[in-house]
Amino acid sequence: MSTEQEQRTIRCLVAKVGLDGHDRGAHVIARAFRDAGFEVIYSGLHKSPDDIVQAAVQEDVDVLGISILSGAHDTLVPKIMDGLDEYDALDDTLVIVGGIIPDGDREELYEAGVANIFGPGSTMEETIEFVRENAPER
Amino acid sequence: MSEDTLVDELLAGKHRALARVITKIENRSPGYRGLVSQLHEHTGNAEVIGITGSPGAGKSTLVDKMASTYRDRGETVGVIAIDPSSPFTGGAVLGDRIRMGSNVGDMDVFFRSMSARGSLGGLSTATTDAVKALDAFGKDKIIVETVGAGQNEIEIVKTADTVSVLVPPGSGDDIQMLKAGILEIADIFVVNKADMDGADRTVMELREMIGMRDASPMAGHHGADTLADTDDAVDQGSDDEGWQPAIVETVAKTGEGVEEFLETIDEHVAWLSESGELEAQARQRYEAEIKTLLREDTAALLQDELAARGGLEAYIDRVLRKDTDPYTVADELMAPLEDCVAEARDGG
Repeated sequence: MSTEQEQRTIRCLVAKVGLDGHDRGAHVIARAFRDAGFEVIYSGLHKSPDDIVQAAVQEDVDVLGISILSGAHDTLVPKIMDGLDEYDALDDTLVIVGGIIPDGDREELYEAGVANIFGPGSTMEETIEFVRENAPER
Repeated sequence: MSEDTLVDELLAGKHRALARVITKIENRSPGYRGLVSQLHEHTGNAEVIGITGSPGAGKSTLVDKMASTYRDRGETVGVIAIDPSSPFTGGAVLGDRIRMGSNVGDMDVFFRSMSARGSLGGLSTATTDAVKALDAFGKDKIIVETVGAGQNEIEIVKTADTVSVLVPPGSGDDIQMLKAGILEIADIFVVNKADMDGADRTVMELREMIGMRDASPMAGHHGADTLADTDDAVDQGSDDEGWQPAIVETVAKTGEGVEEFLETIDEHVAWLSESGELEAQARQRYEAEIKTLLREDTAALLQDELAARGGLEAYIDRVLRKDTDPYTVADELMAPLEDCVAEARDGG
Protein backbone atom coordinates (compact mmCIF):
# COMPACT_ATOMS: atom_id res chain seq x y z
CA MET A 1 0.00 0.00 0.00
CA SER A 2 1.41 3.35 -0.92
CA THR A 3 0.04 4.94 2.21
CA GLU A 4 1.90 2.41 4.31
CA GLN A 5 5.16 2.87 2.49
CA GLU A 6 7.61 4.30 4.93
CA GLN A 7 9.12 7.66 4.03
CA ARG A 8 11.60 8.18 6.76
CA THR A 9 13.64 11.34 6.97
CA ILE A 10 16.17 12.12 9.66
CA ARG A 11 15.00 15.09 11.73
CA CYS A 12 17.51 17.27 13.54
CA LEU A 13 17.25 20.15 15.94
CA VAL A 14 20.21 22.50 15.76
CA ALA A 15 20.19 24.33 19.06
CA LYS A 16 21.91 27.37 20.48
CA VAL A 17 21.65 27.51 24.23
CA GLY A 18 22.49 30.16 26.78
CA LEU A 19 24.14 33.54 26.37
CA ASP A 20 26.16 32.62 23.35
CA GLY A 21 25.62 34.68 20.25
CA HIS A 22 27.95 32.90 17.87
CA ASP A 23 25.67 31.20 15.42
CA ARG A 24 27.75 30.99 12.27
CA GLY A 25 28.66 27.41 13.04
CA ALA A 26 25.05 26.51 13.74
CA HIS A 27 23.98 28.06 10.45
CA VAL A 28 26.64 26.24 8.50
CA ILE A 29 25.79 22.89 10.04
CA ALA A 30 22.05 23.48 9.53
CA ARG A 31 22.68 24.11 5.88
CA ALA A 32 24.96 21.09 5.51
CA PHE A 33 22.38 18.86 7.20
CA ARG A 34 19.71 20.19 4.88
CA ASP A 35 21.85 19.44 1.85
CA ALA A 36 22.43 15.96 3.22
CA GLY A 37 18.67 15.44 3.00
CA PHE A 38 17.83 15.91 6.67
CA GLU A 39 15.00 17.99 8.00
CA VAL A 40 16.52 20.66 10.15
CA ILE A 41 14.82 22.75 12.79
CA TYR A 42 16.87 25.66 14.04
CA SER A 43 16.16 26.87 17.55
CA GLY A 44 17.29 30.46 17.17
CA LEU A 45 19.66 32.19 19.57
CA HIS A 46 19.73 32.48 23.35
CA LYS A 47 17.41 29.62 24.22
CA SER A 48 17.13 28.18 27.68
CA PRO A 49 17.66 24.45 28.27
CA ASP A 50 13.89 24.12 28.83
CA ASP A 51 13.16 25.70 25.46
CA ILE A 52 15.49 23.26 23.77
CA VAL A 53 13.88 20.32 25.54
CA GLN A 54 10.42 21.53 24.55
CA ALA A 55 11.46 21.83 20.93
CA ALA A 56 13.22 18.45 20.87
CA VAL A 57 10.24 16.67 22.41
CA GLN A 58 7.53 18.34 20.32
CA GLU A 59 9.42 18.01 17.08
CA ASP A 60 10.35 14.42 17.95
CA VAL A 61 13.80 14.87 16.46
CA ASP A 62 16.16 11.96 15.94
CA VAL A 63 19.18 14.15 16.49
CA LEU A 64 19.78 17.08 18.80
CA GLY A 65 22.89 19.06 17.89
CA ILE A 66 23.89 21.58 20.54
CA SER A 67 26.24 24.30 19.41
CA ILE A 68 28.02 25.94 22.29
CA LEU A 69 31.04 28.19 22.37
CA SER A 70 30.52 30.06 25.59
CA GLY A 71 32.15 27.63 27.97
CA ALA A 72 28.93 27.00 29.86
CA HIS A 73 28.50 23.50 28.47
CA ASP A 74 29.12 21.86 31.82
CA THR A 75 25.96 23.40 33.30
CA LEU A 76 23.73 23.76 30.24
CA VAL A 77 24.19 20.39 28.55
CA PRO A 78 23.36 18.28 31.63
CA LYS A 79 20.24 20.40 32.15
CA ILE A 80 19.09 19.57 28.65
CA MET A 81 19.84 15.88 29.21
CA ASP A 82 17.80 15.88 32.43
CA GLY A 83 14.93 17.59 30.65
CA LEU A 84 14.95 15.02 27.85
CA ASP A 85 14.92 12.29 30.47
CA GLU A 86 11.91 13.86 32.12
CA TYR A 87 9.93 13.42 28.89
CA ASP A 88 11.30 9.91 28.23
CA ALA A 89 13.15 11.27 25.24
CA LEU A 90 16.71 10.68 26.36
CA ASP A 91 17.01 7.07 25.20
CA ASP A 92 16.17 7.57 21.59
CA THR A 93 17.54 11.00 20.85
CA LEU A 94 21.07 11.19 19.51
CA VAL A 95 22.70 14.16 21.23
CA ILE A 96 25.81 15.64 19.72
CA VAL A 97 27.71 18.75 20.76
CA GLY A 98 29.68 21.12 18.58
CA GLY A 99 31.88 24.04 19.53
CA ILE A 100 34.67 24.69 21.97
CA ILE A 101 34.80 21.96 24.60
CA PRO A 102 38.09 21.57 26.52
CA ASP A 103 39.42 18.02 26.60
CA GLY A 104 39.07 17.85 30.35
CA ASP A 105 35.34 18.45 30.15
CA ARG A 106 34.54 15.88 27.52
CA GLU A 107 34.31 12.80 29.70
CA GLU A 108 31.66 14.44 31.83
CA LEU A 109 29.51 15.20 28.80
CA TYR A 110 29.86 11.69 27.45
CA GLU A 111 28.77 10.37 30.82
CA ALA A 112 25.70 12.60 30.71
CA GLY A 113 24.71 10.88 27.48
CA VAL A 114 26.28 12.98 24.72
CA ALA A 115 27.11 10.67 21.83
CA ASN A 116 29.87 12.68 20.24
CA ILE A 117 31.62 16.04 20.37
CA PHE A 118 32.73 17.86 17.25
CA GLY A 119 35.31 20.50 17.96
CA PRO A 120 37.29 22.82 15.69
CA GLY A 121 38.66 20.98 12.68
CA SER A 122 35.78 18.51 12.41
CA THR A 123 34.56 18.16 8.87
CA MET A 124 30.98 18.31 7.66
CA GLU A 125 31.37 14.89 6.10
CA GLU A 126 32.35 13.18 9.32
CA THR A 127 29.53 14.88 11.21
CA ILE A 128 26.91 13.90 8.63
CA GLU A 129 28.31 10.40 8.43
CA PHE A 130 28.10 10.05 12.20
CA VAL A 131 24.49 11.20 12.21
CA ARG A 132 23.53 8.85 9.39
CA GLU A 133 25.10 5.88 11.14
CA ASN A 134 23.86 6.62 14.63
CA ALA A 135 20.43 8.16 14.18
CA PRO A 136 18.21 6.01 16.38
CA GLU A 137 16.02 3.35 14.82
CA ARG A 138 12.43 3.88 15.80
CA MET B 1 6.18 1.23 21.95
CA SER B 2 3.11 -0.64 20.78
CA GLU B 3 0.32 1.18 18.99
CA ASP B 4 -2.22 0.67 21.74
CA THR B 5 0.03 2.10 24.44
CA LEU B 6 0.90 5.00 22.14
CA VAL B 7 -2.77 5.85 21.71
CA ASP B 8 -3.46 5.42 25.42
CA GLU B 9 -0.55 7.65 26.33
CA LEU B 10 -1.55 10.27 23.80
CA LEU B 11 -5.09 10.35 25.17
CA ALA B 12 -3.63 10.58 28.66
CA GLY B 13 -1.85 13.75 27.62
CA LYS B 14 1.73 12.58 27.21
CA HIS B 15 3.62 14.93 24.95
CA ARG B 16 6.15 12.37 23.88
CA ALA B 17 3.39 10.06 22.65
CA LEU B 18 1.72 12.85 20.68
CA ALA B 19 5.04 13.77 19.08
CA ARG B 20 5.73 10.16 18.20
CA VAL B 21 2.29 9.64 16.69
CA ILE B 22 2.83 12.65 14.42
CA THR B 23 6.23 11.26 13.43
CA LYS B 24 4.64 7.96 12.48
CA ILE B 25 2.03 9.82 10.47
CA GLU B 26 4.73 11.81 8.68
CA ASN B 27 6.88 8.78 8.00
CA ARG B 28 3.90 6.63 7.09
CA SER B 29 5.40 4.07 9.39
CA PRO B 30 3.89 0.60 9.38
CA GLY B 31 0.76 0.69 11.48
CA TYR B 32 0.12 4.41 11.28
CA ARG B 33 -3.25 3.81 9.69
CA GLY B 34 -4.37 1.83 12.70
CA LEU B 35 -3.24 4.65 14.95
CA VAL B 36 -5.22 7.28 13.09
CA SER B 37 -8.27 5.01 12.99
CA GLN B 38 -8.17 4.65 16.73
CA LEU B 39 -7.86 8.40 17.21
CA HIS B 40 -10.83 9.24 15.04
CA GLU B 41 -13.53 8.72 17.68
CA HIS B 42 -11.74 11.13 19.99
CA THR B 43 -11.70 13.99 17.52
CA GLY B 44 -14.11 16.78 16.74
CA ASN B 45 -13.62 19.07 19.70
CA ALA B 46 -10.93 21.37 18.38
CA GLU B 47 -11.35 24.44 16.27
CA VAL B 48 -9.00 24.43 13.29
CA ILE B 49 -7.67 27.66 11.83
CA GLY B 50 -5.68 27.77 8.61
CA ILE B 51 -3.18 30.54 7.94
CA THR B 52 -1.67 31.04 4.54
CA GLY B 53 0.00 33.80 2.58
CA SER B 54 3.11 34.61 0.61
CA PRO B 55 6.58 34.11 2.11
CA GLY B 56 7.48 36.94 4.46
CA ALA B 57 3.88 38.02 4.97
CA GLY B 58 4.30 37.47 8.70
CA LYS B 59 2.48 34.18 9.16
CA SER B 60 4.71 32.71 11.84
CA THR B 61 4.84 35.91 13.83
CA LEU B 62 1.07 36.22 13.71
CA VAL B 63 0.63 32.57 14.71
CA ASP B 64 2.88 33.19 17.69
CA LYS B 65 0.74 36.10 18.84
CA MET B 66 -2.47 34.16 18.22
CA ALA B 67 -1.20 31.27 20.30
CA SER B 68 -0.23 33.48 23.21
CA THR B 69 -3.59 35.29 23.08
CA TYR B 70 -5.44 31.97 23.17
CA ARG B 71 -3.25 30.92 26.09
CA ASP B 72 -4.23 34.11 27.93
CA ARG B 73 -7.83 33.05 27.46
CA GLY B 74 -6.97 29.74 29.08
CA GLU B 75 -7.14 27.64 25.94
CA THR B 76 -4.56 25.12 24.76
CA VAL B 77 -3.07 25.39 21.31
CA GLY B 78 -1.55 23.11 18.71
CA VAL B 79 0.38 24.48 15.76
CA ILE B 80 1.44 22.70 12.58
CA ALA B 81 3.82 24.77 10.49
CA ILE B 82 4.61 23.51 7.02
CA ASP B 83 7.73 24.55 5.13
CA PRO B 84 8.91 23.51 1.71
CA SER B 85 11.59 20.88 1.28
CA SER B 86 14.19 20.60 -1.41
CA PRO B 87 12.96 18.57 -4.36
CA PHE B 88 16.54 17.44 -4.95
CA THR B 89 17.80 16.24 -1.59
CA GLY B 90 14.54 16.09 0.35
CA GLY B 91 16.25 18.17 3.00
CA ALA B 92 14.64 21.18 4.61
CA VAL B 93 15.29 23.92 7.09
CA LEU B 94 12.12 24.36 9.11
CA GLY B 95 12.38 27.88 10.42
CA ASP B 96 8.95 28.77 11.69
CA ARG B 97 9.75 27.76 15.21
CA ILE B 98 12.15 30.66 15.67
CA ARG B 99 9.26 33.11 15.53
CA MET B 100 7.42 31.41 18.37
CA GLY B 101 9.09 33.70 20.88
CA SER B 102 6.01 34.36 23.02
CA ASN B 103 5.41 30.71 23.74
CA VAL B 104 8.78 29.15 24.39
CA GLY B 105 8.75 27.04 27.48
CA ASP B 106 4.96 26.74 27.46
CA MET B 107 4.23 23.07 26.89
CA ASP B 108 0.53 23.79 26.37
CA VAL B 109 1.44 25.21 23.02
CA PHE B 110 2.41 22.18 20.99
CA PHE B 111 4.35 23.39 17.99
CA ARG B 112 5.28 20.99 15.25
CA SER B 113 7.20 21.75 12.06
CA MET B 114 6.47 19.61 9.04
CA SER B 115 8.14 19.63 5.68
CA ALA B 116 6.41 19.15 2.39
CA ARG B 117 7.99 15.80 1.61
CA GLY B 118 7.30 16.01 -2.08
CA SER B 119 5.84 12.69 -3.01
CA LEU B 120 2.32 11.72 -4.03
CA GLY B 121 0.60 14.80 -2.73
CA GLY B 122 0.55 12.93 0.54
CA LEU B 123 1.10 16.09 2.51
CA SER B 124 -2.55 16.94 2.82
CA THR B 125 -3.23 13.46 4.17
CA ALA B 126 -0.41 13.81 6.68
CA THR B 127 -1.64 17.23 7.73
CA THR B 128 -5.21 16.05 8.20
CA ASP B 129 -3.98 13.14 10.29
CA ALA B 130 -1.66 15.31 12.38
CA VAL B 131 -4.58 17.66 13.07
CA LYS B 132 -6.56 14.64 14.25
CA ALA B 133 -3.77 13.68 16.61
CA LEU B 134 -3.69 17.18 18.14
CA ASP B 135 -7.49 17.17 18.33
CA ALA B 136 -7.60 13.82 20.11
CA PHE B 137 -4.87 15.03 22.45
CA GLY B 138 -7.37 17.67 23.57
CA LYS B 139 -6.08 20.91 22.07
CA ASP B 140 -8.76 23.61 21.97
CA LYS B 141 -7.36 25.47 18.97
CA ILE B 142 -5.26 24.06 16.17
CA ILE B 143 -3.48 26.40 13.79
CA VAL B 144 -2.19 25.11 10.46
CA GLU B 145 0.32 27.42 8.83
CA THR B 146 1.62 27.10 5.30
CA VAL B 147 3.05 29.11 2.45
CA GLY B 148 0.20 29.85 0.13
CA ALA B 149 1.29 28.96 -3.34
CA GLY B 150 -0.15 26.18 -5.36
CA GLN B 151 -2.79 23.53 -5.21
CA ASN B 152 -1.14 21.50 -2.49
CA GLU B 153 -1.39 24.32 0.01
CA ILE B 154 -4.97 24.99 -0.90
CA GLU B 155 -5.72 21.36 -0.16
CA ILE B 156 -4.02 21.74 3.19
CA VAL B 157 -5.84 24.80 4.37
CA LYS B 158 -9.08 23.07 3.50
CA THR B 159 -8.61 21.01 6.63
CA ALA B 160 -9.36 24.20 8.55
CA ASP B 161 -12.73 25.46 9.74
CA THR B 162 -11.64 29.03 9.15
CA VAL B 163 -9.14 29.96 6.48
CA SER B 164 -7.21 33.20 6.84
CA VAL B 165 -5.09 34.62 4.06
CA LEU B 166 -2.37 37.09 4.95
CA VAL B 167 -1.82 39.93 2.55
CA PRO B 168 1.08 42.31 3.16
CA PRO B 169 0.56 45.94 2.15
CA GLY B 170 1.70 47.06 -1.26
CA SER B 171 1.25 43.68 -2.84
CA GLY B 172 -0.91 44.82 -5.69
CA ASP B 173 0.43 42.17 -7.97
CA ASP B 174 0.03 39.54 -5.30
CA ILE B 175 -3.62 40.36 -5.13
CA GLN B 176 -3.86 39.76 -8.82
CA MET B 177 -2.45 36.35 -8.13
CA LEU B 178 -4.76 35.80 -5.21
CA LYS B 179 -7.75 36.36 -7.41
CA ALA B 180 -6.97 33.21 -9.29
CA GLY B 181 -6.85 30.77 -6.45
CA ILE B 182 -6.72 31.85 -2.89
CA LEU B 183 -9.58 34.31 -2.99
CA GLU B 184 -12.10 31.50 -3.09
CA ILE B 185 -10.81 29.86 0.04
CA ALA B 186 -10.36 32.90 2.29
CA ASP B 187 -12.86 33.42 5.06
CA ILE B 188 -10.80 36.23 6.50
CA PHE B 189 -8.21 38.44 4.86
CA VAL B 190 -5.56 39.69 7.22
CA VAL B 191 -3.68 42.77 6.11
CA ASN B 192 -0.61 42.28 8.24
CA LYS B 193 2.09 44.91 8.76
CA ALA B 194 -0.78 47.39 8.77
CA ASP B 195 1.54 50.09 10.06
CA MET B 196 3.33 50.15 6.74
CA ASP B 197 2.61 52.53 3.90
CA GLY B 198 0.02 51.29 1.51
CA ALA B 199 -1.97 49.27 4.02
CA ASP B 200 -5.09 51.34 3.48
CA ARG B 201 -4.82 50.87 -0.20
CA THR B 202 -4.47 47.12 0.15
CA VAL B 203 -7.56 47.02 2.35
CA MET B 204 -9.43 49.03 -0.26
CA GLU B 205 -8.32 46.76 -3.08
CA LEU B 206 -9.38 43.70 -1.15
CA ARG B 207 -12.74 45.25 -0.39
CA GLU B 208 -13.22 46.00 -4.06
CA MET B 209 -12.26 42.48 -5.00
CA ILE B 210 -14.73 40.97 -2.56
CA GLY B 211 -17.42 43.26 -3.91
CA MET B 212 -16.67 42.13 -7.42
CA ARG B 213 -16.85 38.54 -6.40
CA ASP B 214 -20.27 39.02 -4.86
CA ALA B 215 -21.54 40.70 -7.99
CA SER B 216 -20.53 37.75 -10.11
CA PRO B 217 -23.31 35.24 -10.67
CA MET B 218 -20.75 32.45 -10.53
CA ALA B 219 -19.77 33.36 -7.00
CA GLY B 220 -19.74 30.51 -4.58
CA HIS B 221 -18.28 29.85 -1.22
CA HIS B 222 -16.47 26.57 -0.78
CA GLY B 223 -18.74 25.28 -3.49
CA ALA B 224 -21.26 24.25 -0.88
CA ASP B 225 -23.62 27.16 -1.23
CA THR B 226 -26.06 25.37 -3.44
CA LEU B 227 -26.74 23.14 -0.51
CA ALA B 228 -26.86 25.91 2.04
CA ASP B 229 -28.92 28.28 -0.08
CA THR B 230 -32.00 26.13 -0.13
CA ASP B 231 -32.63 26.37 3.59
CA ASP B 232 -31.06 29.78 4.06
CA ALA B 233 -34.38 31.53 3.76
CA VAL B 234 -35.54 30.07 7.04
CA ASP B 235 -33.08 31.44 9.52
CA GLN B 236 -30.73 33.84 7.80
CA GLY B 237 -31.97 37.37 8.06
CA SER B 238 -29.79 40.19 6.84
CA ASP B 239 -26.76 38.26 5.67
CA ASP B 240 -28.59 36.09 3.21
CA GLU B 241 -25.66 35.37 0.93
CA GLY B 242 -23.73 33.50 3.58
CA TRP B 243 -20.35 34.53 4.87
CA GLN B 244 -18.80 37.64 3.42
CA PRO B 245 -15.00 37.41 3.72
CA ALA B 246 -13.91 39.78 6.47
CA ILE B 247 -10.88 42.04 6.31
CA VAL B 248 -8.86 42.71 9.44
CA GLU B 249 -5.69 44.71 9.95
CA THR B 250 -2.92 43.51 12.21
CA VAL B 251 0.63 44.34 13.19
CA ALA B 252 1.78 40.89 14.22
CA LYS B 253 5.09 42.14 15.62
CA THR B 254 3.42 44.25 18.29
CA GLY B 255 0.26 42.19 18.60
CA GLU B 256 -1.92 45.04 17.43
CA GLY B 257 -5.22 43.88 15.98
CA VAL B 258 -4.73 40.27 17.02
CA GLU B 259 -7.65 40.40 19.47
CA GLU B 260 -9.92 41.70 16.71
CA PHE B 261 -8.65 39.02 14.37
CA LEU B 262 -9.47 36.28 16.86
CA GLU B 263 -12.91 37.78 17.45
CA THR B 264 -13.53 37.68 13.71
CA ILE B 265 -12.53 34.02 13.72
CA ASP B 266 -15.01 33.41 16.55
CA GLU B 267 -17.71 35.17 14.54
CA HIS B 268 -16.96 33.01 11.56
CA VAL B 269 -17.13 29.85 13.65
CA ALA B 270 -20.43 31.01 15.14
CA TRP B 271 -21.75 31.58 11.65
CA LEU B 272 -20.53 28.15 10.59
CA SER B 273 -22.48 26.37 13.27
CA GLU B 274 -25.61 28.51 12.94
CA SER B 275 -25.81 28.12 9.18
CA GLY B 276 -25.17 24.40 9.27
CA GLU B 277 -22.06 25.00 7.20
CA LEU B 278 -19.92 23.39 9.88
CA GLU B 279 -21.56 20.06 9.28
CA ALA B 280 -21.48 20.51 5.53
CA GLN B 281 -17.75 21.25 5.77
CA ALA B 282 -17.14 18.18 7.87
CA ARG B 283 -19.03 16.05 5.37
CA GLN B 284 -16.98 17.47 2.50
CA ARG B 285 -13.79 16.94 4.39
CA TYR B 286 -14.50 13.30 5.14
CA GLU B 287 -15.61 12.77 1.58
CA ALA B 288 -12.34 14.20 0.30
CA GLU B 289 -10.38 12.18 2.82
CA ILE B 290 -12.01 8.89 1.85
CA LYS B 291 -11.56 9.67 -1.83
CA THR B 292 -7.88 10.47 -1.36
CA LEU B 293 -7.27 7.25 0.53
CA LEU B 294 -9.14 5.25 -2.10
CA ARG B 295 -7.11 6.87 -4.84
CA GLU B 296 -3.84 6.13 -3.11
CA ASP B 297 -4.81 2.58 -2.25
CA THR B 298 -6.02 1.69 -5.72
CA ALA B 299 -2.90 3.26 -7.18
CA ALA B 300 -0.85 1.05 -4.89
CA LEU B 301 -2.87 -2.00 -5.88
CA LEU B 302 -2.19 -1.22 -9.53
CA GLN B 303 1.47 -0.65 -8.77
CA ASP B 304 1.73 -4.11 -7.25
CA GLU B 305 -0.06 -5.67 -10.18
CA LEU B 306 2.25 -3.87 -12.58
CA ALA B 307 5.32 -5.01 -10.70
CA ALA B 308 4.04 -8.58 -10.80
CA ARG B 309 3.75 -8.28 -14.57
CA GLY B 310 7.29 -7.05 -14.90
CA GLY B 311 6.76 -3.32 -14.87
CA LEU B 312 5.64 -0.79 -17.43
CA GLU B 313 8.75 -0.84 -19.63
CA ALA B 314 7.58 -3.65 -21.91
CA TYR B 315 4.27 -1.89 -22.47
CA ILE B 316 6.02 1.38 -23.24
CA ASP B 317 8.18 -0.36 -25.81
CA ARG B 318 5.08 -1.68 -27.53
CA VAL B 319 3.46 1.74 -27.51
CA LEU B 320 6.63 3.25 -28.99
CA ARG B 321 6.59 0.68 -31.78
CA LYS B 322 2.98 1.61 -32.40
CA ASP B 323 1.96 -1.99 -31.69
CA THR B 324 -0.52 -0.68 -29.24
CA ASP B 325 -1.59 2.60 -27.64
CA PRO B 326 -1.82 3.91 -24.07
CA TYR B 327 -5.60 3.48 -23.86
CA THR B 328 -5.43 -0.15 -24.88
CA VAL B 329 -2.64 -0.80 -22.40
CA ALA B 330 -4.70 0.77 -19.62
CA ASP B 331 -7.71 -1.36 -20.59
CA GLU B 332 -5.58 -4.46 -20.69
CA LEU B 333 -4.12 -3.83 -17.26
CA MET B 334 -7.43 -2.90 -15.71
CA ALA B 335 -9.29 -5.91 -17.08
CA PRO B 336 -8.22 -8.49 -14.47
CA LEU B 337 -8.99 -6.01 -11.70
CA GLU B 338 -12.40 -5.31 -13.12
CA ASP B 339 -13.05 -9.04 -13.40
CA CYS B 340 -12.10 -9.56 -9.76
CA VAL B 341 -14.36 -6.76 -8.65
CA ALA B 342 -17.29 -8.00 -10.73
CA GLU B 343 -16.79 -11.51 -9.40
CA ALA B 344 -16.66 -10.37 -5.80
CA ARG B 345 -19.77 -8.27 -6.27
CA ASP B 346 -21.76 -11.13 -7.80
CA GLY B 347 -20.53 -13.66 -5.30
CA GLY B 348 -20.80 -11.27 -2.37
